[in-house]
Amino acid sequence: MRIFDPHIHMSSRTTDDYAAMHAAGVRALVEPAFWLGQPRTNVGSFTDYFDSLVGWEPFRASQFGIAHHCTIALNPKEANDPRCAPVLDLLPRYLEKDGVVAVGEIGYDSMTAEEDKAFAAQLALAIDHGLPALVHTPHRDKAAGTERSIAVVRESGIAPERVVLDHLNELTVAMVKESGCWMGFSIYPDTKMDEDRMVAILREYGTEKVLVNSAADWGKSDPLKTRRTGDAMLAAGFTDDDVDLVLWRNPVAFYGQSGRLDLEGETPDAEFAGNSILRGARK
Amino acid sequence: MNAWLEKALSDVATDATALRTLFPGAGRRVGRGPSETPGWTVDDVARVRLLRAAPGAAAEMPDLYRYGDAAEKRAVLRGLSVVDIGAAGLDLVADALRTNDTRLVAAAMGEYAATHLDDAAYRHGVLKCVFMGIPLAEVAGLDRRTDEELRRMLRSFAAERTAAGREVPADLLPLLHEQDV
Repeated sequence: MRIFDPHIHMSSRTTDDYAAMHAAGVRALVEPAFWLGQPRTNVGSFTDYFDSLVGWEPFRASQFGIAHHCTIALNPKEANDPRCAPVLDLLPRYLEKDGVVAVGEIGYDSMTAEEDKAFAAQLALAIDHGLPALVHTPHRDKAAGTERSIAVVRESGIAPERVVLDHLNELTVAMVKESGCWMGFSIYPDTKMDEDRMVAILREYGTEKVLVNSAADWGKSDPLKTRRTGDAMLAAGFTDDDVDLVLWRNPVAFYGQSGRLDLEGETPDAEFAGNSILRGARK
Repeated sequence: MNAWLEKALSDVATDATALRTLFPGAGRRVGRGPSETPGWTVDDVARVRLLRAAPGAAAEMPDLYRYGDAAEKRAVLRGLSVVDIGAAGLDLVADALRTNDTRLVAAAMGEYAATHLDDAAYRHGVLKCVFMGIPLAEVAGLDRRTDEELRRMLRSFAAERTAAGREVPADLLPLLHEQDV
């Protein structure tokens, strides 16, 4: 089973996770820019993070045979902090970098006026830089937030097939399918969505334009949930080809719209900027 | 010429701030292989051409370096020698010399460093190159900047290597003692 995790925050994960993911079949992933638990208080904190998403983290992934790409954005939660919002002016520099395959995560957290502004501005940036957009749907008031997100996407003029609305559930999937956007599902241990509910959704809505991710981060989450979903699909009677479509070809097709996906296996360098991830004496 | 590069050169000639979005993606558009300039990649050459073509490039270079990935930083360092940036490039050279990235350290020790670094910084730059195994052919200005203090530092480095039973880089030997050239 070859797996492309289209949404996982590897900066928060360990090298053990990388090794386990590779063993489970993960060969590619996308790490969206998001918040870090601890709120940021200045623009430099974002740019150091973005530098890591296009520098150190792809290097770390390469050491485990996994291709790492990222999405760059001001996230909805921190869009509300006037100390952070000016990072919007620096995004054009980052949206032109090689490993950046979408603008994201953008969207709503509490549906404030500041979030409206950042969301619309960043959809415009996606159009300017020829990138798809990854839209986070809010945890609170999700159905209303998803509906409003679809309206903002429509107003922006970006083609719906270049947008994924993420963290969907049984109550939001139908309106997103109807909109022509891609449908993203985050499979979590307790919340959001689990693998059996996911299988039921795939039965009802089909496998087209569906992205399944682990969204694993610094909270309770599981980077192998993509694999678990593939196993649950097979157990429920889906074919190997169905699983390959959902867990590999769909994310390749979605992020491939950037023209910047590079899935050729290169021999990774043993060092990044002179530093390695090894500890102690080299063997 | 590459059509993308042609348009990019004309864009930056009109507005140097266009460098901010043209610089990062150059490798994707022109390639990253070796160029006709020894030690330079095709994207190095393209980025330095962009810097030369942009009036006011000097004002953009510190941020191009700050927000650049390793390839962009390397191109800014190479560009220091062809853009009139005065002393404002010294901070960038100092940053590059603090890294452990051989590509950046080597690019930092170009003609600009040979002209602008003070004696102490230049000597430590050379020593760091030797320590990291960067060929001295990539370091500019050795013929005119090598002084007795640098020779002493290099002899000391060679003595340490010898004591440890390790090899002394061959390109170091001609520098260890003053001689007529």
